[in-house]
Amino acid sequence: MAEVSLKGIKKSYGRVDVIKGVDIHINEGEFVVFVGPSGCGKSTLLRVVAGLEDVTEGVIEIGGRVVNELPPKERGVAMVFQSYAIFPHMTVRENIAFGLTIAGASRQEKQQKVAEAARILQMEHLLDRRPSQLSGGQRQRVAIGRAITRKPAVFLFDEPLSNLDAALRMDMRMEIGRLRRQLGTTMIYVTHDQVEAMTLADRIVVLKDGQVMQIGAPMELYHQPANRFVAGFLGAPSMNFLKVDVLDLDGEAATVGNQSLEPIRVTTRRRPFRKDGKAILGIRPQHLRAVQSGKGMLHGVVAHAERLGSETVVDLTLRDDRELIAAFNEDKIFQPGDALELAFDTALAHLFPEEG
Amino acid sequence: MASKLTLSNRTGWTFALPGFALIFTFIVLPFFFAIGLSLTNQRLLSPNPTQFVGLENYRQLLDFAVVTLEPERNEAGEVVRDEAGEIQYPRLRAITRSDDHPQYRGMREWFRWQSGENVRVVIANDVVFMKALVNTFLFVLVVAPVQGGLALMLALLINQKLRGISVFRTIYFMPVVVSIVVVSLLWRFIYDGQNGLLNSILQGLSFGLFQPVDWLGEPSTALPAIMAMSIWQAVGFHMVIWLAGLQTISPTLYEAAAIEGASKWQTFRYVTWPGLRNTAVLVLVVITIQGFALFAQIDVMTNGGPRDSTQTLVFQAVERGYGKQDISGGSTISVILFAIVLAISLIQRWLTRER
Repeated sequence: MAEVSLKGIKKSYGRVDVIKGVDIHINEGEFVVFVGPSGCGKSTLLRVVAGLEDVTEGVIEIGGRVVNELPPKERGVAMVFQSYAIFPHMTVRENIAFGLTIAGASRQEKQQKVAEAARILQMEHLLDRRPSQLSGGQRQRVAIGRAITRKPAVFLFDEPLSNLDAALRMDMRMEIGRLRRQLGTTMIYVTHDQVEAMTLADRIVVLKDGQVMQIGAPMELYHQPANRFVAGFLGAPSMNFLKVDVLDLDGEAATVGNQSLEPIRVTTRRRPFRKDGKAILGIRPQHLRAVQSGKGMLHGVVAHAERLGSETVVDLTLRDDRELIAAFNEDKIFQPGDALELAFDTALAHLFPEEG
Repeated sequence: MASKLTLSNRTGWTFALPGFALIFTFIVLPFFFAIGLSLTNQRLLSPNPTQFVGLENYRQLLDFAVVTLEPERNEAGEVVRDEAGEIQYPRLRAITRSDDHPQYRGMREWFRWQSGENVRVVIANDVVFMKALVNTFLFVLVVAPVQGGLALMLALLINQKLRGISVFRTIYFMPVVVSIVVVSLLWRFIYDGQNGLLNSILQGLSFGLFQPVDWLGEPSTALPAIMAMSIWQAVGFHMVIWLAGLQTISPTLYEAAAIEGASKWQTFRYVTWPGLRNTAVLVLVVITIQGFALFAQIDVMTNGGPRDSTQTLVFQAVERGYGKQDISGGSTISVILFAIVLAISLIQRWLTRER
């Protein structure tokens, strides 16, 4: 177990800056998820920690030791790849024991550690199979098995579930959560899937264009997003953003409204706004309620509705022709063309400056 | 099904016809002709009618025997020695020309070895063929592993992201696109005994200590010289095949190996080599087949000499069939060669099968 610390990390390929100065401190035993859209540099950052890529600038410390110049094997990390990266010509047993074989471990030690890994991952019955005889989830379990036999200080996961189908992904997600509780090792997990990030992480690092947008506990990020990007990235369906006019400003709060929104007071969270300027109002679809005519703050017409059983997702067209998504946690029937009035708790709304 | 295909694709078959005709005329037909002719006494031009002779041609080529020569003894039963103390043996002719052993008639000495006081002599009906057989096997046994291994090393070297790496690829591949006849002619100058390039270089490097060798004129160096040249000429071709194989191996596997702490050698042993299994089979089979077909180099450089030290099966087949107008003899050698190559390819496939 070890803490990991990234200080002023920059990475460029030629003239392209992929990571533009990242500082992250990961505590011992913490499960940190790097999340962001594709191309945000999250995988590169993980590969930098692993030692598969050099940094252009900055310091990487693992367990208090600067590892910038160390090859991967001396960093005490184990990695699980999206494409599993298990060796096709070896049996499951040989794959799991690979690190030990490389290190020249005794037959007895290998047998014992493979048995232990197989027990933890519940795959004792698969040990003599070849990767070609395994399903995707089983293959990824083999890769995880290979990682845990080495007792690394830090586990690195590079989108481990992205190649799996939805049902399997949920199983494996739970399995990784269980594994994490069992091992208690520091883990860094890269994903573009916000559900994985929300469910697994102690802390989430949201990245965009090679920069950290926000670091925090999942609920902190969900309820207090630092900016519009984080707000829009976490939560499904994603947050609605409405362009509004700032009608009045008074210290902690602003009064905003537009053609389809009755004037409301929203806390500014100390963000700078200008009176008579523009702002972006963020409302999560789940925070919207349908109300009786005349009592709503938002006015729109149903364009499309999806009934999921547990939830009904409605796509509305507002008076100013903008789109709004509302999610009601019950099964309701809406017809396209129905006029709908919506209300929400203004304390749950977020106000962002127009840019960023 | 087949007839429907034929009818609905008449144009296609028409286009394919010239190709099929050529393949049939020059590959399929001669293949069966060779088998047929090898069972007769057909000559290229002969007034005598052709006769079916069964397996006589094969016996002529392959027949060999081991005879033992006992030392000559004087009346007292002691071994006779010459002044130098060497044991004296009767001449081989005493056996091969004796009426006591009609089965050895016409056979000549292939090689001999000492066995206690006695000498054992291997006699063969067709010593030249036997030498050709041995030389061909030697050639394949040396060239297949060395050329394959060298090609793999080159492939590993050029499978890197370096500036100007394609220049190296081009250089290594260049000999492949040059005709083997041209290469052989050029290398005859390199190997020249008087002022050949190789002798000059060796003399230069050893400050004149090295005595020039007539590389193609000495029985002990002629075959190795041809092997070296053949390896150099085709190594680039196999390099490209290895390279194709290398590039099918997923880079993530290398990364996984690096994270697990594998050394360069371990990475090769556990990632690269297993990933090249199918390529290895292909390269080995191709080199083996090419090796058994060794002809042009011999024809251009040595004509089988000196003292039959560079005779090969294909060279013998051509030499007999056309040089000596012994079509049936040449055919027989071809059929034997076919059987050998087939057997070896099957063995290689079996040895490198998926387990």
